[in-house]
Amino acid sequence: MTDTAFRREKMEEGWNRPPLIEEDGEAELLEVAMGPHHPSTHGVFRMDLALDGERVVRLKPVFGYLHRNHEKIAEGISYLASMPYTDRLDYICSLTNNWAYALAVEKLVGQQVPERAEYIRVILAEFTRIQNHASSIGFLIQEMGASGTPLMYAFREREKILDLFEELTGSRMMCNYMRFGGCRVDTSAAWLDAARKVVDGLPGFVDEFENLLSTNEILMARCQRVGILRPELAVNAGITGPMLRASGVNYDIRKVDHYGIYDRFKFRVPLGDHGDIYDRYMVRILEMRESITILNQALRDIPGGPIMDAKAKIRGFRPKPGEAYGRIEAPKGELGFYLISDGGPNPYRYRVRPPSLINLTVLEDMCLGSNVADVVLIFGSVDIVLGEVDR
Amino acid sequence: MLGEGILKGMAETARNFVGSYFSAERMTTVEYPEERIAPIEAARVFPFLVYDTENWEAGLRCVACQICEKECPPKCIFIEKSKDKKPDAIGKPQFYPTRFDIDISVCMSCQICVEVCPFEAIKMDNVFELATDDRFGGLLLDRKELAKSNEYYHGIHPTEAARVDARLAAEKVKADAKSTAAVVASAVKGAERPAPPAAGGV
Amino acid sequence: MKTMEEIKAAIEAAAPGAGVEIVPNPSPSGQHSLRIAPSHAVAVATFLRDDAELALDFLSNVTGVDWLDKEVTEKVKVTSTVTKTVDDVEQDVEETVEETRKRVQPGCLEVVYHLFSSALKHGPVILRMKTMNRTDQVELPSLTPIWRSAEFQEREVFDLYGVVFKGHPDLRRLLMWDEFKDHPMRRDYVDPDDYEYEPTPHDAVLTRANAHKAAEEAKAREGTGAGL
Ligand code: SF4
Ligand code: SF4
Repeated sequence: MTDTAFRREKMEEGWNRPPLIEEDGEAELLEVAMGPHHPSTHGVFRMDLALDGERVVRLKPVFGYLHRNHEKIAEGISYLASMPYTDRLDYICSLTNNWAYALAVEKLVGQQVPERAEYIRVILAEFTRIQNHASSIGFLIQEMGASGTPLMYAFREREKILDLFEELTGSRMMCNYMRFGGCRVDTSAAWLDAARKVVDGLPGFVDEFENLLSTNEILMARCQRVGILRPELAVNAGITGPMLRASGVNYDIRKVDHYGIYDRFKFRVPLGDHGDIYDRYMVRILEMRESITILNQALRDIPGGPIMDAKAKIRGFRPKPGEAYGRIEAPKGELGFYLISDGGPNPYRYRVRPPSLINLTVLEDMCLGSNVADVVLIFGSVDIVLGEVDR
Repeated sequence: MLGEGILKGMAETARNFVGSYFSAERMTTVEYPEERIAPIEAARVFPFLVYDTENWEAGLRCVACQICEKECPPKCIFIEKSKDKKPDAIGKPQFYPTRFDIDISVCMSCQICVEVCPFEAIKMDNVFELATDDRFGGLLLDRKELAKSNEYYHGIHPTEAARVDARLAAEKVKADAKSTAAVVASAVKGAERPAPPAAGGV
Repeated sequence: MKTMEEIKAAIEAAAPGAGVEIVPNPSPSGQHSLRIAPSHAVAVATFLRDDAELALDFLSNVTGVDWLDKEVTEKVKVTSTVTKTVDDVEQDVEETVEETRKRVQPGCLEVVYHLFSSALKHGPVILRMKTMNRTDQVELPSLTPIWRSAEFQEREVFDLYGVVFKGHPDLRRLLMWDEFKDHPMRRDYVDPDDYEYEPTPHDAVLTRANAHKAAEEAKAREGTGAGL
């Protein structure tokens, strides 16, 4: 049986624990612990593999190396004091983490956000999405063996975006920028001009990236028909973000919930056909292009006005008892915060729904039957950050 | 044709490589520490305490209200409040911190302390070359090491400092108006009553 | 989307005896939830996922919550029959007294599921289940066979709260190591003494820093003394 046929058969058997070893298999299984220190694991993450020759017959992810019990820390400090800790979840996309948390708290207390602040949030979130997708593609290609070039191109562009972040928020990665009811500092006209300039340069960068990669025969050979994820399984397993859309499921929280002011912008949701690694790559490229159109619209329309709601409180913030779940479409998938308040200054329960962790649910299903070398690629195509997986 | 995509990619790399000799845009790296990029105004690293007059100890704006100590997420601020009051820069008697320590090896540069301080007393510095092998001597900053003048603050964050100064000045005007009103009122009262009571408190 | 009451009615029609109860949420978010009996959870969940009108095919979030034993003080009116002597005759008289009583409301572990529909794009519908107590009866049915996305999240709740999910295909600790004993997210969890924390100037570091400074100052004084 060829690898592909084997893989296809296992996929068709459904997700629930496919047989690990073929009946007649005489081959001895080789157990390999990939990680926690492995160049391909983006951090400290371990996969316990069982191999039959080159073929994966079992894969168990092992988590917790970066576990710091973020949720417990948050239960012991005030609502505001958790904001800088959210930066450290998915440390590539601190601004979307800020937004998700601010959104959940705003739902909890029924806080309004001024229009200008909403525009700033959209602008920052889309910049975040672009730099996340660019670097995640860079990492993916790096794992394929193209050491450096695409990643460095991505980083060159990311650098410009991070400079913008630093100029506005004071920090490149740990931005700690959004507040319940608005944003911390206002954008200056000079900043908006600089942002427009960066956005003008972005389509050229995406073109360059695509010239470099999209039709590359090696990339296609390694990525197409590898790590296939069927849409039914993707939905059932709670996969979100570009991974879900690469499998052809049209579910983008920006379109579903219209949180913030996303109903004002015209953009399309790219969908994949096959649900393989190449589709995930392509969906990310196309999402970058859509983000650029959103950025253009937002930077064109941004109104004047305050950036903090007048009723918002910084000191002595105590929500009334109740609970709220707020979620956004973060670059990696659905990032949600679930808060329960008992009326005190600290949350009674603070839960993060981490897209990175939940997207790994199907890692074993995607890898069964493929080669070890493909595991690295499939894992890379999920696009995770360990700070968020382990929290 | 097989290999076309690879060739296209190679052409792209070549274009970038050659381009880096001609366009500064494509040369993004800087040879730190010989070469430095201009500091970004909003950049924040660790907090410092602002003082006004010449004397750092007397001029500290901090009144030891300990709000920042309570709000600091990793709890890296330690304050001891004075027992007595001392006149601050404007001459109003206030408490002052007899001890104000920030453990910058724990501090995560989040700026929450700056935001919650009602007295504009603590601000973010932009000095980042602080590496040392002395954990307690070098990274636990006390009151004296934290105190920086308002001019220094103007030097690193001019826009923000100007805004803060304007706010403080406005507050001072308001406070002055209030106290003049109080003085006038008490003078009126004094005129009505033959024997004014001995001045006590403020 | 249907209202909470309609969903409740639909569930009760599909799974009789499910004991659905609406838990109101007083916050402005207005996200009310449904508490279901653990015994019927699998049936209810299957119905919610497969029903054409609800089609809640996407389980987004699984949260564990720890509710400690709570002491509630309440005023109760107690009617008792007292024997009294009225007009030299012993009589049984009914008397109503108001008493303040302290009652311990037993704690429990709760698991909250946030459901959405990827097909119909609505949600969230929130399901809750409670364990009997916090110590020995902490079993709940696993919903992983219905929604695969619960797999890691239920493992996490098991790890950090100690809820045992019956029917979970692979119930192991997720974040803590296998030999770890306690459940760190419980609200009465106490850190072990050798917990490696980052000391802050409040305690150990302060003592050491004080000692360090005193020693430095002594050295400096000695230095100047020797110089003179
Ligand atoms: S910057 Fe943040 S961590 Fe540092 S002292 Fe201020 S509040 Fe604490
Ligand atoms: S720095 Fe500000 S908040 Fe902190 S104690 Fe001093 S006055 Fe209070």
